[in-house]
Amino acid sequence: MKDLYPGFTIGKATRDAFGETLKQLGAEHENIVVLDADLAKSTKTADFGEAYPDRFKNVGIQEANMVGMAGGFASSGKVTFIASFASFVVGKGFDQLKMAVAYPKLNVKVAGSHGGISLGEDGVSQMSTEDFALMCSLPGFVVCCPCDENQMRAATRAAYDHDGPVYLRLGRQKAPIVYDAPIKDFAFSKATRLREGTDVTIIANGMMTAAALVACDRLAGEGISVRVVDMPTMKPLDDDEVQAAGEETGAIVCAEEHFIHGGLGARVAQAAARLAPVPMQFVGVDDVYAESGDPEALFRKYGLTSDDIINATRRVLEKRGAGRA
Amino acid sequence: MAEATLQRTESTPDIDRLRDIATRLRVDIIEMLAESQSGHPGGSLSAVEIVTALYFGGFLRYDAKRPEWEDRDRFILSKGHGVPVQYAALAEAGFIPHDELMTLRKINSRLQGHPVLGTCPGIEASTGSLGQGLSIGLGMALAANMDGKDTRVIVLMGDGECQEGQVWEAAMAAGFHRPDNFIAIVDYNKYQLDGPTAEILDVSPLGGKFTAMDWQVREIDGHDLKQVVSALQWAVEQTAPACIIANTVKGKGVSFMENNNKWHGVAPSEEEAARALTELRATARESAQTDGAAQKEAGR
Repeated sequence: MKDLYPGFTIGKATRDAFGETLKQLGAEHENIVVLDADLAKSTKTADFGEAYPDRFKNVGIQEANMVGMAGGFASSGKVTFIASFASFVVGKGFDQLKMAVAYPKLNVKVAGSHGGISLGEDGVSQMSTEDFALMCSLPGFVVCCPCDENQMRAATRAAYDHDGPVYLRLGRQKAPIVYDAPIKDFAFSKATRLREGTDVTIIANGMMTAAALVACDRLAGEGISVRVVDMPTMKPLDDDEVQAAGEETGAIVCAEEHFIHGGLGARVAQAAARLAPVPMQFVGVDDVYAESGDPEALFRKYGLTSDDIINATRRVLEKRGAGRA
Repeated sequence: MAEATLQRTESTPDIDRLRDIATRLRVDIIEMLAESQSGHPGGSLSAVEIVTALYFGGFLRYDAKRPEWEDRDRFILSKGHGVPVQYAALAEAGFIPHDELMTLRKINSRLQGHPVLGTCPGIEASTGSLGQGLSIGLGMALAANMDGKDTRVIVLMGDGECQEGQVWEAAMAAGFHRPDNFIAIVDYNKYQLDGPTAEILDVSPLGGKFTAMDWQVREIDGHDLKQVVSALQWAVEQTAPACIIANTVKGKGVSFMENNNKWHGVAPSEEEAARALTELRATARESAQTDGAAQKEAGR
């Protein structure tokens, strides 16, 4: 996929950064329990499991039971991390996430790996383009999709520190490095302004953040001043940053590796409508299921590249009209 | 009000006393439901002896004044629609004021229509979406084993609930992980919302299913307090997950509700409640007379 992110160093997959950090957290905190549903090698919880076998359970292929058990562990005082593919833990465990985690506000940290369509060849049954929407619908859940290894390390630590349920979306593929150093001041409620700009704001997360930066640089060549905001956390949303985007740049493009409905774009649009309504465009999988294929080919076919962001930016600027007040 | 049990008791509890408490809980259930004009009498009444034996037979360690006491045992009512019986028991045990029972299902009440963790003291899990309590209990049981604690975890399910796939995920997992402090009880009252369980999706042989998943299983009459107590005494001795299949009668204790599935989820009218209460008070009087005679007998 590196051709999609010219100029970027390709780092580790966010799932690898998650697994490493989880193992470190295990050394630091006795009260962490980790459950996985037969995907520990893929979600990278296996590293924790090898280091702390007494505090790790591979529950087998039982996502609903895993979520319920996590509620039981958490209500017994354990900070409980559970992991599977995003599609399975969120899809098969949704009612359990509601009843055993969200409703009682328990300290369960859900890692949904292989999010989006970039897992590639395995196809739609393994893909998750619904997880942001479903998880954002649950009151009290923090919902976060970090963009690179450094942000994932910080987010995993923040998930431990946060008192309450957290959903972290992990990616399968090696991700372009957006933050080239460890992040010291990560907070779920704060987005990061990566580029200053005055004409339009692109708000993105996950793999789309690097694509937004590529788009920004190319649009700069056309004389368009683009602000780029990396917004990993969809809930709670950084309302101030959305308001600033609306008020100061007058147009917003959202980009996410998710259906265009119910995820980052929907959350930002709701905030913008309330705080600073401006024309918006949405880059994401447009209400269709993807298919098997090479990840880069999938991103090109289903509209998740910097070109797609550039086209959406042109559309939003057209809509707003050249003569912005 | 019965005394709080800070410690479990090893000795066999006084069955007559439990019978009196059971009748009081039935009275509370009818009064609560008549007041709220909403709720599930059938499945609340079928579980009365089980819940009575658990809370007042010395099988659960709890302190009503400290509902979040770290060393308490955990009871999860997975068949959440039966929660009136648990609220009645929690009032009897002193977790909540008895008067509060009359707030069941009303706005701003701690007594939600199905159990909610964090609202009513003594409730250990949010249930009501069927099939989830066994998984939550398994997590608690394994957490206690992990910490070397002797916490008991007891989950009460319905027979209709056992149609849920998640029950068998949890049953398989418990049979494999083998926590030594984990008990499941099935209130096998033979009915579910739409009709007889045997006609809709027969769950039998229920004991065989748990046995096949490496549980220790006993089947009892779930209204015979001696049998309930004896089965619980057996269950707590097991070092592997234990399942008690309690054969019960839906609506037990109120003649016109017994085995009449109309009473699955309909509250009695004022007149029906009055009839039910008259019956229950007669039962209480008979039981008191029997107790008196027995005491005389014993005194001779």
